[in-house]
Amino acid sequence: MKRTAARNVPLAIAVALFAAVPFLSNVSVPLVFDGPLGSLGTMQIIAVGLIFAALAMTFDLLFGYTGLLSFGHTLWFALGLYLPAVLMVGAGAPFGTALLLALAACLLLSLIIGAVALRTSGIAFAMVTMAFAEAFLIFVERNPTKMFGGDEGITVAGSLLPQAVRGVAGIGTVYWIALVLAVTIYLLLRQSVGSRAGHVLQGLKENPLRVELLGLHTYRFRLLSFVLSSMLAVLCGFVYLLVARVAYPGIAGTDFALLIMVMVVFGGTGRLWGAALGGFLYGVANIRLGSMSTAAFGEGLPQWISGPLQEPPLYIGLAVVLMMLFAPEGLAGLIEKASSRLRARLAGSRRGRNSGAAPSGSGGTPGGDGTETALAASGQR
Amino acid sequence: MAMNDVISLLISGLGLAGIYFLLASGLSLIYGLMRVLNLAHGAIFAVGGFVGWAALEYLPVEPDWLRFTAALVLATLAGAMLGILIEKGLLARLYGRPYAQMLLTLGLAFAMTAFLGGWLGHDPLTLKQPAWFDEVTVIAGSRVVNSRLVIVGIALILFLATVVFLRRSKHGLIIRAGVNNRSMVMALGINVSKSFTLLFVIGSGLAGLGGVLAGVFFGSVTPELGTQQLIFAFIVIIVGGLGSLEGTALAALVVAVLQQFVNYYGPPGAGDLVTVLLLAVMLLVRPRGLLGKVAA
Repeated sequence: MKRTAARNVPLAIAVALFAAVPFLSNVSVPLVFDGPLGSLGTMQIIAVGLIFAALAMTFDLLFGYTGLLSFGHTLWFALGLYLPAVLMVGAGAPFGTALLLALAACLLLSLIIGAVALRTSGIAFAMVTMAFAEAFLIFVERNPTKMFGGDEGITVAGSLLPQAVRGVAGIGTVYWIALVLAVTIYLLLRQSVGSRAGHVLQGLKENPLRVELLGLHTYRFRLLSFVLSSMLAVLCGFVYLLVARVAYPGIAGTDFALLIMVMVVFGGTGRLWGAALGGFLYGVANIRLGSMSTAAFGEGLPQWISGPLQEPPLYIGLAVVLMMLFAPEGLAGLIEKASSRLRARLAGSRRGRNSGAAPSGSGGTPGGDGTETALAASGQR
Repeated sequence: MAMNDVISLLISGLGLAGIYFLLASGLSLIYGLMRVLNLAHGAIFAVGGFVGWAALEYLPVEPDWLRFTAALVLATLAGAMLGILIEKGLLARLYGRPYAQMLLTLGLAFAMTAFLGGWLGHDPLTLKQPAWFDEVTVIAGSRVVNSRLVIVGIALILFLATVVFLRRSKHGLIIRAGVNNRSMVMALGINVSKSFTLLFVIGSGLAGLGGVLAGVFFGSVTPELGTQQLIFAFIVIIVGGLGSLEGTALAALVVAVLQQFVNYYGPPGAGDLVTVLLLAVMLLVRPRGLLGKVAA
């Protein structure tokens, strides 16, 4: 009981901080945000960060907890934007109907695609999911049905959305929806991975053969995880549509699918809060880096240096390389290491000379090693 | 369906198959031997394309077929050099951790693509091909663009060379045995990692060369060239069977020819979508792929 309570303290602090944001119209965070925290522009950016945090957690269920590496997770996020947009703009369906129809369609589709893709595992599963996501991108870009907007995407006019989320004033409402989304997905996933089925999923990651020998249908559990994670990503897509008000191909392709993986890895695989941290930081940084003028970077240097310095993916890529070389456990790993060292020091100062014997190091590393073995095992069978 | 179209589409398809094979074979063998999924493979492919473009644009070599040959050699060398740097400089530090290695190559792929885009722009750069490439040869009554024949010829030679390397050389033997059962080979006291470095370099070189051929095939190169083609390479690898060179070649033929025909006769984008459909059918009917020995 006590552990559960202690576990909820950081969550409560985070929720309180985010809930305070709309009321802090005098507080500004220089460099990070342009306007004060409570301004609509800043709230919109933070809302995007929260949605990406939620999206990253849905990926972590698949990758960090079940050991299923998908290169096409963004398919579900993109469907969450595109299906309601097509239904509303193309077919004239009302908002609520569009969402319900989209949910039903995605449930069916995730069952079918999951059933097909899960006939493989390991790296083949990654390639297959990537192919499906890319197929959707091709479908959207070439636009044979003339309903998916092609390169420009589908803009959803404010009049098609419910009154509460329309226009500039709606941003406040959308912010709360994004916060509720992130917290709900966190709690739901924490509950799921702690449940009996969740333990089976983690067992599947560590040692699939052994789970099978226990008489459990590994295929069904994997499919369950795939469908759950996909449907939650669809929900993230719904909320993102409210913020962006446009369904665009940039979030549909392999590049974005791999970026979701980068968010999770950067934050820390196999820890929901780590994934959320990575997603949030990416969401905020992406918008801010995009709006900052980088033209001054590398001025006076030759073009082959100054040109690349203006490309945000360069920094993301180099950051991932450095992370893998020096801190493969991600930000969460670094934070956990620092906090356990701090705790050891505190305990040590209380106990006097005993500080050397205090527990240190990372202890449980659900992300790193388990996934390694899952990948290796799947290839070697 | 006019017979003329069929033959010219078939040869186009063979050319595309060659390009898929050059990209996919290295990827598949590297994964098969050491479980390293090199996501930077597509970026190396793109670098090769750009080196080829630069050579054709700036190299003061006459006649033009010699310049083209030089472009192929330079792109292959560039790919191989990148391969050495990536394998020896970075991947070797993460030995035995395939997941971290894959993510590292993903980071490299992002950084390399951004580097190319920032330096040379994201717009397509047209390759200055030898004049003869644009002319047509009449084969069995149908007109075929010469560049397609060149691509098919080069890809065929490289396929045969790779087969001979794998079947006749000592390293080839270790690689084939290692793909089958790496721990057994290592238990026999054979240094697999040396062969792996060689394989990585050859695979990267082939990818670099493939980039030039892709530039010839599509007429231009972009930084995103590799990422786009990587997806079809993945499809080819799964359809052919992971770790099987012959399977990869066969699947490259099936996927590329199918794609060309459907793209020509169907609505826009249909050919690309059909390849994904083919993948799904393959997984349902035969998850291990055409010539794969074990389930992927």
